[in-house]
Amino acid sequence: MGKVLRRWWPLFVLPCALSFTFGFIIPFVQGAYLSFCEFKVINKAKFVGLSNYVAAFQDEQFVHAFWLTALFALVVTVLVNVIALAIALALTRSRLGGTNVFRTVFFMPNLIGGIVLGYIWNILINAVLSVAGQQLLALNTTAGFWGLVILTLWQQVGYMMIIYIAGLQSIPSDYLEAAKVDGATAWQTLWKVKIPNLMPTITICLFLTITNGFKLFDQNLALTGGDPNHMSELLALNIYNTFYSRVGAKWMGIGQAKAVIFCVLVIAIALVQLKITKSKEVQQ
Amino acid sequence: MVRERRVNRVLSVVFTILSLAWVYPMFMIFVNSFKQENAINTTSVFELLNAGNFDGIANYVNALTRQGFAFAFGYSLLITVTSVVLILVCCSMCAWYVVRVNDRFCKALYYLFVFSMVVPFQMLMFTLSTLADNLGLNTPYNICFIYLGFGAGLAVFMFAGFVKTIPTEIEEAAMIDGCNPVQTFFHVVLPIMKPTYISVGILETMWVWNDYLLPYLVLDSTKYRTIPILIQYFRGGYGHVELGPMMACIMMVIIPIVVVYLLCQKYIIDGVVAGAVKG
Repeated sequence: MGKVLRRWWPLFVLPCALSFTFGFIIPFVQGAYLSFCEFKVINKAKFVGLSNYVAAFQDEQFVHAFWLTALFALVVTVLVNVIALAIALALTRSRLGGTNVFRTVFFMPNLIGGIVLGYIWNILINAVLSVAGQQLLALNTTAGFWGLVILTLWQQVGYMMIIYIAGLQSIPSDYLEAAKVDGATAWQTLWKVKIPNLMPTITICLFLTITNGFKLFDQNLALTGGDPNHMSELLALNIYNTFYSRVGAKWMGIGQAKAVIFCVLVIAIALVQLKITKSKEVQQ
Repeated sequence: MVRERRVNRVLSVVFTILSLAWVYPMFMIFVNSFKQENAINTTSVFELLNAGNFDGIANYVNALTRQGFAFAFGYSLLITVTSVVLILVCCSMCAWYVVRVNDRFCKALYYLFVFSMVVPFQMLMFTLSTLADNLGLNTPYNICFIYLGFGAGLAVFMFAGFVKTIPTEIEEAAMIDGCNPVQTFFHVVLPIMKPTYISVGILETMWVWNDYLLPYLVLDSTKYRTIPILIQYFRGGYGHVELGPMMACIMMVIIPIVVVYLLCQKYIIDGVVAGAVKG
């Protein structure tokens, strides 16, 4: 069949491949090259070697954003997964009424875009802060960070909960019944039966939350915009600001170098995930 | 047994409270979107509506007329529909071809698609928006080609994953009966892949509808504003932020999403699970 099909490539592959070439491959290659250049417009780039990368690591805002993002991703990954798994375990209990309603409600914020979510929480958190007599988000670094954590929890707990529920429901009921017959307590069933069988799901959810944490942009922009003075700025927003709000020709190249560093980081996380998933498959 | 029932009762109460807390931010925006502009400040947002602060639907009228919400909604809808349809049609055809022909070119293309799923948008942000400008792909009418290019990765990956599970005998039988590849695809493969179309469609819709940065950088934002761009503009402007109309806009964004969600909940949740497990 492949032989007949091959002649039809202009219809089947060309639209996709062409768009992909212009929408991904060319900008990607250009971007990688430009990270070694000083430029204002793309066709007038001057090769400067690694100096953009050196400048990126010397930029205090970038280093700060890097560690803040790492901390943020860690906090969010732990909290989202613990809460989502706890809710999923509770909602899959037998004879608990209203589980569908709870599931619907918890998942809902996930469908709302990051910008809209950011403004909703900007209004709400500022209100809470002003009632509590604290400084508002624009001047309050701690509130900015934890506000972003709460917002992310609100958005992602429902999503991870859905994946955990799917994972829990795919555990064969024989296992659970066998545990019951053997007289296992609920706690033992959780640690000896449910969690080991959930490991593939847990791997997926952990990496989804880490990657989402690193890539977070819209929510960051809308909630605090990096205020006060770039102190609540995560990596993605830092790269954006390097490109579009810093004055001077050299910042374009440095922004692109930062983007490459960011990209390598995200790819490295994905490769670790791939390796873990593969090694699990062999064991099973 | 008695103990289990008691635990369930406690859990029901806990989850009811948690659910109410979960919807409170949306409820708060809803209430405030009906208030007078000068009745909204950082402390009064917790107040419910009363005769003193009620302003009817003035904020909604303002958002629709002065702030251009109707245009933004229209542009968002146009971009989302064209992009998602284009992605579904082109990527499913491409995925079928790539899996069935499976030569060196196809394999290379497939790995590039998978690779593109991981790359963050910031990597191509600047070069892609410049390229889109140069190619004239910077209006709501043709930005869908950019979305096809950048969104192809996940779609091809998910479609290809499904095509691999379809036995080739069905397609071969169709070919022997005289179908050409186009007929085989549309009459045999497409109906089998229907669940994947729904999953991919939902994931891509959620992405394109809510996307902010790509349209903001690519489109001429003095002329064309999608909903996320419009909402961002409320704060970006100088001076006082008009909170009332902004909250009316937020409500008008959320309500259609909630309605669609409640109607197609099963498909949306299945789609999300499929996307997560395969991604």
